[in-house]
Parts: sequence; structure tokens; C-alpha cells
Amino acid sequence: MELTTFWFLVIAFLWTGYFVLEGFDFGVGALLPLLSRGEAERRQMLTTIGPVWDGNEVWLITAAGAMFAAFPAWYSGLFSAFYLPLVMVLVGLIVRGVSLEWRGKVEGRERALCDAGIVTGSVLTAFTWGGVFGHMLFGTALGTVLGGTLALSLAMLHGAVFLALKTAGPLRARARRAALTAAVVAVPVAVVALPGLPSANAPQGTATGVDGAAWTAHPVLWAAALAAMVALAAAVALVWRRREGWAFAATAGSIALLTGTVFAALWREPLPGLTVAEAASGPYTLGLLTWIGLIALPFVLAYQGWTYWVFRRRVTA
Amino acid sequence: MDALDLARWQFGVTTVYHFLFVPLTIGLGVFVAGLQTAWHRTGKEHYLRLTKFFGKLFLINFAMGVVTGLVQEFQFGMNWSRYSTFVGDVFGAPLALEALLAFFLESTFLGLWIFGWDRLPKRIHLACIWAAAIGSNLSAYFILAANAWMKHPVGYEVVDGRARMTDLWAVLTNSTALAQVPHVVAAAFIVAGGFVIAVSGYRILRERRQVADGDATVPMARTARGRVPGDPAMWRTSLRAALVMTAIAGAVVAGTGDMSGQLLHEQQPMKLAAAEGLRHDEKGAPFSPVPGVEVPSMLSLLAAHDPAAEIQGIEDIQARYERQYGAADYRPNVPVVYWSFRVMIGFGLSTVGLSLLGLWLTRRRRPTPEWFARVSLLALPLPTLAIVAGWLLSEIGRQPWTVQGELLTAAGVSPGVSLTEVAISLSIFTALYGVLALAEAKLLARHIKAGPEPVATVPPQARPDDDAARLTPTLMY
Ligand code: HDD
Ligand code: HEM
Ligand code: HEM
Repeated sequence: MELTTFWFLVIAFLWTGYFVLEGFDFGVGALLPLLSRGEAERRQMLTTIGPVWDGNEVWLITAAGAMFAAFPAWYSGLFSAFYLPLVMVLVGLIVRGVSLEWRGKVEGRERALCDAGIVTGSVLTAFTWGGVFGHMLFGTALGTVLGGTLALSLAMLHGAVFLALKTAGPLRARARRAALTAAVVAVPVAVVALPGLPSANAPQGTATGVDGAAWTAHPVLWAAALAAMVALAAAVALVWRRREGWAFAATAGSIALLTGTVFAALWREPLPGLTVAEAASGPYTLGLLTWIGLIALPFVLAYQGWTYWVFRRRVTA
Repeated sequence: MDALDLARWQFGVTTVYHFLFVPLTIGLGVFVAGLQTAWHRTGKEHYLRLTKFFGKLFLINFAMGVVTGLVQEFQFGMNWSRYSTFVGDVFGAPLALEALLAFFLESTFLGLWIFGWDRLPKRIHLACIWAAAIGSNLSAYFILAANAWMKHPVGYEVVDGRARMTDLWAVLTNSTALAQVPHVVAAAFIVAGGFVIAVSGYRILRERRQVADGDATVPMARTARGRVPGDPAMWRTSLRAALVMTAIAGAVVAGTGDMSGQLLHEQQPMKLAAAEGLRHDEKGAPFSPVPGVEVPSMLSLLAAHDPAAEIQGIEDIQARYERQYGAADYRPNVPVVYWSFRVMIGFGLSTVGLSLLGLWLTRRRRPTPEWFARVSLLALPLPTLAIVAGWLLSEIGRQPWTVQGELLTAAGVSPGVSLTEVAISLSIFTALYGVLALAEAKLLARHIKAGPEPVATVPPQARPDDDAARLTPTLMY
């Protein structure tokens, strides 16, 4: 495999990890006022993500850093093109981050303010990320709104399933019902948006001799989009049957497959008129990063996995 | 005014802001880890209380470092897309390594530390804070290696108008990086040491006053002069530890600052000339601690370790650069660079002086004199101003270059981003940052004033998973 292809896959993997992991963080944040009854339960909800959300966010930092290093022209073209949406993402992440860290260190009105910050930050960021990718693929206002809605509703579904898996007591039952409610929005939006994905990038297929149309209609893309739908349907069925662990695996799989489809659609031309090869760094840098990444990533996955193991027990109020 | 000016302001504002919190994270993380190690070794309760007290202050501050760091990483692409395209091959690599090797370590193990008090065996819990502290310091190394490359680009060639890395090792062991990393990290330890000195001094004053007001809950301390009110063992411990830390870091900062000065002489003569306001090439150049006072030959001595050495002057370098790079103004903002240099050295070394004085005054169980406890409050603002001034010297002194000799700042800005867009983001970040700075200051002040909470220690026979072993979750959400 060529190094540029490999690094495109690495970046797709990092973004996928980011959306799968922060997906439930955003979901839990967005559900905070909807599911909790009182301070004890709010704390219970936030304790499920407390030890891990910052580590999850580093997936984003690594994804952006890896894009900067491996595809500088893609990183800079993308980030400057989506200027104001990224300002919104940053504001959302800033507000959410400080609110999460500070809420336990303040009381009363200030703590209520932190809760508001967590909710706003989570909703704003999840919606904006969806909007950014929706716009990137469809290039229309409808695509943006569709992307945003899909991202937010999927995050809430994913977060609700996570809560059902990680909490005990009345919250657990409420989280299950919330998951089913979120699915009522997420599934129809997915049904509308996903079939569009494989052909979405088509108008861009004009760069240097790449047959964009042939690629965007590629069976791999259709298969990935279809698999994402199947995983989503399975998730709903599993929530219904109270198989929380499997349901979480299914929502995670569905977000992963969706992100995978998005990146597959971007593969030939991540930005209009820019191919992956043109955007890439030199073979020396890519080769070195490959070695360092191959050595370091297993350790990262191991200690992050260990964190989830340490905090595997259900959180009680 | 155009998008370039605002993008520069945005970079300056957000980076200075990020760097208000980062030094405290770098130094305080290690300090807290040290306190917890002391508790682990001795089992003395006041070490645990100090660990939790400074741990909480550390976390309040840490949050700000994290969220403002995100802005840093994004804005290279957002505002400086041509810069990023040009340097990504070289500059992106250390940033990616920073995330992969440092930030993951730091954030994951900090999460384990915060929530792991009653979940992890003590020894492993202690290892978590060390892993997080090592992560912070590692991240400083990578980002500073990237920054040093911009001052002294090595290990690359320019192909098709883009820098291509040819030697990662050369980038990571750049002479400028090897001087800069210990200089900045040691400066961060001065900032953190100063913070702990000021907080301890404040607590000493406050508890003495409480005793004087008849508050019987404040313990007495045994000293060379018998028992004195307030000044309990706890604050003496943190004060003395921070004094030692600051004094040692002071020696490192001075040594590596001297190295940096010599590297400027070789690599960035314009910055050196601006730092002294030296207009023309001069043998045996003097140094002026303040305008009007001159120490003959001192600059030559500092920069080249030779009192007779020739130091290049601003106007002569300007003429040489015009010949080399074409007509343009290659002079940075001289007054800012000149004063930054003096603020950095003056304010920074006064903090170090303060720490030496404190060590002498509190030697062998002597109680902290009232006046010193008051003066120690200065250890909070002084090194912070010093470290920010150092960066102004470093970054403004490099202008108009972003990458010395390769890329002008003006050539790095994003072509497609409009004035309005940058104006919007600059206003949003400035306003948000202003509010958050006030909130953080208020929060820190409140917790410092309240002092440490009493701690319930886990009964030694309890298993870590035992529900009965739950600690009060003071550090959690
Ligand atoms: C507490 C803070 C502090 C203190 C006491 C000092 N410095 Fe410093 N200095 C910094 C904090 C700092 C910094 C962390 O802000 C900078 C900015 C960039 C860098 O590498 O470190 C810096 C940069 C910096 C540079 C510019 C390097 C460059 O741009 O390449 C020089 C020449 C010095 N320092 C020299 C000194 C000397 C001779 C000092 C005293 C003996 C000194 N510094 C004390
Ligand atoms: C080590 C990481 C750093 C990197 C990679 C870095 C990079 C840069 C870059 C690319 C610029 C050019 C943009 C511009 O000129 O506006 C710049 C300028 C600047 N930087 Fe840094 N910087 C770093 C650290 C810092 C720190 C810690 C501070 C201050 C505390 C700082 C203060 C500034 C200021 C004030 C400017 C504006 C100079 C001007 O435009 O006149 N930098 N830096
Ligand atoms: C201008 C270039 C810079 C960029 C792109 C940058 C990027 C970042 C990012 C993305 C984070 C968040 C990490 C997390 O979520 O855990 C962060 C935090 C941090 N940065 Fe920066 N940073 C810059 C300048 C600096 C400098 C100059 C230093 C130190 C010398 C530094 C040291 C740190 C440390 C220790 C943290 C850990 C969190 C904290 O500070 O509280 N950074 N930075």
C-alpha cells in the first residue's frame, strides 16, 4: 500500500475514534437536563464520562495534528475554508471543557451555569461537526442541516445507550427510553442522508485525471453506507431488548461506519481540486510517522482501554 | 487594517493567554506528584492534605490550558493556511507526536488520578499523577522543538515551494531547541514555584491572623523560638519545597538563557540587536540594564563570551538582509523587544532572589517572618510577567519572519479568509477568554482562601474496590 493511502486511512481512523468516543460524551452532555432528576443524578451522569472525556478529546487533537503533518494542504485548506463553523466548534469545546472541570468546585447558581455550559457546549459542538461534514459532502444548506441533525441525534442515541450501560437505578431505565426516543429522529434522518452519501462527492470529481463519478458510485461506498444503516437498526432492536452492551457496540459501529463512509467518499478528492497525493507530505516524513505511530498507538489504545476497565462498574447515584 | 493584522493579533492574544496557564500546569503537576510521593513514603496526613489542596488548584488551572490549547492547534490551519502548507511536513510532525506521545498520556492518566482515589491501589494511583506530569513536560518538549525550528530551521529542504523534512533527528535536537526546552521548562517551574510560595505566604498570614483573633482550630507550629501561632507545619513544608524548586530552576534558567543569548548571536542577530537597541555593528558592545546606564563590553561578553566580540547592529543587518532577501523592512518592533528582555530577566531573577532570601530566613526551623510572608505574594505576578515577556522577546523579535530566513509572516496568512471572519473570531475569543480569566481567578482565590479540606484516609485493610473505602470525592465532578 502506498504511504499516502495508509495515512489517509490513519486519519480516517483517528476521526472515527474521535466521533465514536466523544459521541457519547456529547450525548451525555446534551441529555443532562432531560434525564436527570436532581443534583445526585446529574453527578451520576457526569461521573460516567468524567474520567474519560479529556482523553477522548485528544483523538481530535491527534487527528488534526496528523492531518497537519501528513497532509498539510488538506489540513490548512479545510480549516481555513470552514472558518466560522470551526470557531463555533472551539467555543463549544471551550465552554464544555471548563464547565465539566469546574462544576464540582462551585455551588448553587454557578454550578447551574456550568450545567448550562455542558449542555450548550455538547449540543453546539455535535451539531456543528455534523454540519461541517454534511456541507463538505453535499455542499448545500440542506446537507448542512441534515448532517448536523444526524450527528446530534446519533450522539444522543449513543450517549443514552452509554448511560443505560453505565448507570444503575432509575436513571438506567430512563436512559433506555431516551435512546428509543433519540432513535425516532436519528433513524429517519439517516435513511434520508445515508443513500446520498456515496454519490454526494460526485460534483467534485474533476481533479487531475481522477474519475470522480466512477469512484463515488463505487460498491465499497454503498456497502459501507448500508452497513451503517444495518448497525443503526440493530442498535435500536438491541436497546428494545435491553441488551445494553451489544446495543452500545452497535451504536459505536454505526457511527464508525458512517464516519468511514464519509472518509471513503472524500478519498479521491478531500477538497475540491485537491487530491490526496497533492496534499501529502514527503515520503520521509510519512515513513517516520508510520514507524512512530505503529509503536506508540498500541500503548495508547492499551492504557485508554485500561481506563475503561478500571471504571467498568455501573455508577450509582 | 487587513485580515493579516487581525490574524496576528489573534495569534498573539490566544497564545499569550494559553501560556498563562501552561507554565503552572507544567510545574505544579510535578509539585503535586512530589507531594503525593511524600505522603506515600511517610504516611503523614499533612502531605495528603497538601496534595489535595494543590491538586485542586492544579485542576482548576489545567482546564484552561486544555481548552485554550485546542484553539492553538486549530488556528494554524484557520488563519495561517499558507504557513501551514509551507511548513506542515516539518512543523506538523512534532505537533502530531505531541498529541500521540504526550497529550494522550497526560489526559488519560489525569482522568485516572482524579477519579481513581478509591479505585486504584495507592502505588498505581501515585504512578498516574507522575505519568500525567511527565506528559505535560513531554508536550512542552515537542511544541518547543517545533517553535525552535522556526527560529533556526534545520533538517529540511525546500521542494516546490514547500519545506520537506530530511532529518527528524536534526529537528528534534536543534541547537536552539536544546537551549530553549530547558529554559522554558525551568521558567515554568519558577512560575509554579512562585505560585506555591505566594499561596503558602498568604495562608501563613491568614492563619496567624485567625489565631490572633482567637480561632482555636488553627494549629501551632514548633519552631526554633518555641511554639508560634499559625505557620503550621503544612505551609512551612510547601513554602520551603517551593523555595528550593524555584532556586534550582533559577540556576537552570540563567545557564540556558546564557546559551540562548549566544545562539541569538549566531542565528538571529536582529533579535539580539533589538534586545539591546544596538543600531550599528560594534566591537565590545555594551549592555544597558536600563536606558542611560551602560556596562561596557557586557553585551559582547554575554553573547559571545568575549568582551571584544563584534555584535551586529540593527541598521547594518537591515542593509545586509536587503541585499540577501530583497527590499523590505526587516526590523522588529524594537522598544517592545528591548523592554521584554529587561522585564524577563529583571522580574524573573527577582523571584529567584526572593526564593534564596526565603530559604535563608526560614533555615533550621526559624518561623517565617511576617514581612517575608507579605513580600512572598509578589512571587505570583513577577515570574508570570517575566515568562510572558520572554515570549514577546522571542516571537516579536523574530518578526517580520515567521520562519527565519524562509517565510515572512505576511506570506503565511490564509488567502481565502476575510477580514470580517477574523474580526468575528478575534472578538469572540477575546470576550470569552476575558470572562474565563475572571472566573478562574475568582475560583482559585476562593479555594485558596478556604484552605485545604480535612481528609478521610482509606483504612489500610480496605480493598480498593470496597464501597466502604470511598473517599470524599473532593476532586471529582
Ligand atoms: C521566569 C522566566 C524567565 C527568566 C527568569 C529568564 N527567561 Fe529567558 N525566556 C523565558 C523566560 C525567562 C521564556 C520562557 O519566556 C522564553 C521565551 C522563548 C524561550 O525560549 O523562552 C525566553 C527567551 C529567552 C531568549 C530568546 C531565545 C530565542 O528567541 O531564541 C533569550 C536570549 C533569553 N531568554 C535569555 C535569558 C537570560 C540571559 C536570562 C537570565 C539570566 C533569562 N533569559 C531569564
Ligand atoms: C512554542 C510554541 C509556539 C509556536 C509554534 C509559535 C508560533 C508562532 C507563529 C507561527 C507566529 C506567527 C504569527 C504572527 O506573527 O502573528 C507567532 C507569533 C507570535 N507569538 Fe508565537 N508561537 C509559540 C509560542 C508562543 C508563546 C508561548 C507566546 C507568548 C506567551 C507567543 C507569542 C507570540 C506573539 C505575541 C506573536 C505575535 C508576533 C507578531 O505578530 O508581531 N508565542 N508565533
Ligand atoms: C502555539 C503553539 C501551541 C499549540 C498548537 C498548542 C496546542 C495545545 C493543545 C491542543 C492542548 C490541549 C491538550 C489536551 O487536551 O490535553 C495544549 C495544552 C498544553 N500545552 Fe499547548 N500549545 C501551544 C503552545 C504551547 C507551549 C509554548 C507550551 C509549553 C512550553 C505548551 C504546553 C502545553 C501543555 C503542558 C499543555 C497541557 C494542558 C495544560 O496546559 O493545561 N503549549 N496545547
